[in-house]
Amino acid sequence: MTQYIIRRLIESIPTIIGASIIIFLVFTMAPGDFISAQFGMDSKMTQEKKEELRELYGLNKPLPERYAIWMGEIVKGNFGESYLYKKPVTDVINTFVWNSFILSATVLVLQWMAAALVGIVAAIKQYTLYDQLVTLFVFLAMSLPSFFLGLLLLKLFAVDYRIFPLGGMSSTGIPHEGWAYIKDVMWHMALPVITLTMLSIGGLTRYFRTSMLEVIRQDYVRTAYAKGLKDHVVIFKHALRNALLPLITLFALELPGLFSGAIITERIFNWPGIGKVTLDAIFQRDYPLVMGFTLFISVLTILGNILADVLYGVADPRVRHR
Amino acid sequence: MSQKALVEFKDLHTEFYTEAGVVKAVSGVSFQIRPGETVCVVGESGSGKSVTALSLMRLLANNAKIVKGEIIFDGRDVLKLKPHEMRRLRGNEIGMIFQEPMTSLNPVLTVGEQIMEPIIEHRMFSKREARKYAIELIEMVGIPRAHEIVDAYPHELSGGMRQRIMIAIALSCEPKLIIADEPTTALDVTIQAQILDLLRKLKSEKNVALMLITHDLGVVAEMADYVVVMYGGRVVEEGKVMEVFKNPRHPYTEGLLKAKPIIGERKERLYTIPGQVPSPLNLPLYCHFADRCPYVMPVCKEQYPDTFIDADGHKVACWLHAEGARA
Repeated sequence: MTQYIIRRLIESIPTIIGASIIIFLVFTMAPGDFISAQFGMDSKMTQEKKEELRELYGLNKPLPERYAIWMGEIVKGNFGESYLYKKPVTDVINTFVWNSFILSATVLVLQWMAAALVGIVAAIKQYTLYDQLVTLFVFLAMSLPSFFLGLLLLKLFAVDYRIFPLGGMSSTGIPHEGWAYIKDVMWHMALPVITLTMLSIGGLTRYFRTSMLEVIRQDYVRTAYAKGLKDHVVIFKHALRNALLPLITLFALELPGLFSGAIITERIFNWPGIGKVTLDAIFQRDYPLVMGFTLFISVLTILGNILADVLYGVADPRVRHR
Repeated sequence: MSQKALVEFKDLHTEFYTEAGVVKAVSGVSFQIRPGETVCVVGESGSGKSVTALSLMRLLANNAKIVKGEIIFDGRDVLKLKPHEMRRLRGNEIGMIFQEPMTSLNPVLTVGEQIMEPIIEHRMFSKREARKYAIELIEMVGIPRAHEIVDAYPHELSGGMRQRIMIAIALSCEPKLIIADEPTTALDVTIQAQILDLLRKLKSEKNVALMLITHDLGVVAEMADYVVVMYGGRVVEEGKVMEVFKNPRHPYTEGLLKAKPIIGERKERLYTIPGQVPSPLNLPLYCHFADRCPYVMPVCKEQYPDTFIDADGHKVACWLHAEGARA
């Protein structure tokens, strides 16, 4: 098993290099750069001054050289300095990514628990009123755009009935510590978490339902019933364990999503997450930050894939790794 | 043979509700299985043999309904049992073996676990006792290295071995009846013989009744005490095995026997019954076999035949035998 994981990690190195080249090319070859984004409208900036700045930032070197410098530093653990924040990229990411992480992690847990419950029951009670109502609700929640759903919830619960705050991550002016701080953050988290959960639960519920429906018709489930086992044993031990297999991949691929932030929702609720930061960085052509972050997410995606394969091997004896 | 019946199907009607309409899979099936007896239910695909067995286990699909009739098992009407009483019957008093050994075992659980489940559920064994007993059962069904096999997963076993495991599961709680739904159809011919031998041996050792569903007349000749022939969801003939083979009363049974190859005899072409099995969607009100029957008479296309009983208890649903004693 350890050997398998090590082999997969080594095998993923060329993929990461490939990804880094694509990331580098996509961002550098897009028109405009940090200098034109910052000073393009500034009539006082002369062409010479701009060139001087480009020289300073190393933006006038040929592409292969710039790539080599960028990658060389990354291998040493240095992702460069963010133009906007004037701080190392890793520091910037580290400051904001955890805010996004607690949001996404909470959503992930809620979403999977709710989708499992709702999807399994919908499968067992296929075509009943419950199944149809759930399907309707789930599609409704899924098809609402995030900005609309977010604003709707804000209007209802923060403006009309002031149950939850309008935005931000903690109350300003009142310094909380320890427990009180955690409670304050949770209170601020409620609305964005509800929004994101409602948006994502639909698809997953359908996955659970379909997967469960497929398994319930299998011969071995009939065998389990024929052995006189209790219904919940048949459903949870025999059916669910098999129904979860295809969902493992889906679950492991949530890994990058935990760190990538939710751009629109974070903006609506003024959540200081990484989604908002990267969006600003894209507009301002803050290459080191954007490229560093994108590379980080692609590495996570690759790790997520390996994790999926490993988990699959643990869960399914037929693909167990030697 | 005047012993009290272990299972008695009384005028069983089972219907399926499909998009194409109501399918009368079983309409008016009645027969008995006595303790320790082997009854073979023979018929083509779609003749309602499996549905009859699944009705007894109450394991029909959601769109199926038993609309009429009674199934008495050991003095109780199975169709009136509460779900928890039904659960105690399944796996405990009735063991079932299915056709497809490749898909009938759960791929993510070890075979030992799957054998242990009903023992723990019905016999209240502890986990350790159940495991010991599971190993004994694996040995009993003739699989060597039982200590290793108990921790194996189904995909590591061959089809024949899996079917042996299914037999071990079916026998684990010492049931009174075993239902085997085409247990050898999916297996190689050599393995088929081994599985049948095993079933016969265990059956006589444990003195269980066996309801064997098959379309293979060779299996019937080898295993059965009593034969029930089904066609179009109804029983067309039933009787002791020697009687049915020597002297088939129903033209359908006669056709089946004629269509069977005989070893040592060379023929250009095997006999086939002309025509097709009628669609189960709209079965005629008259004899279902009338359209294929070589002896068809006007009455056959007017009315479904009554069941007539011979002097030696042989039953047949055919107008040809109307002059015999009426049921």
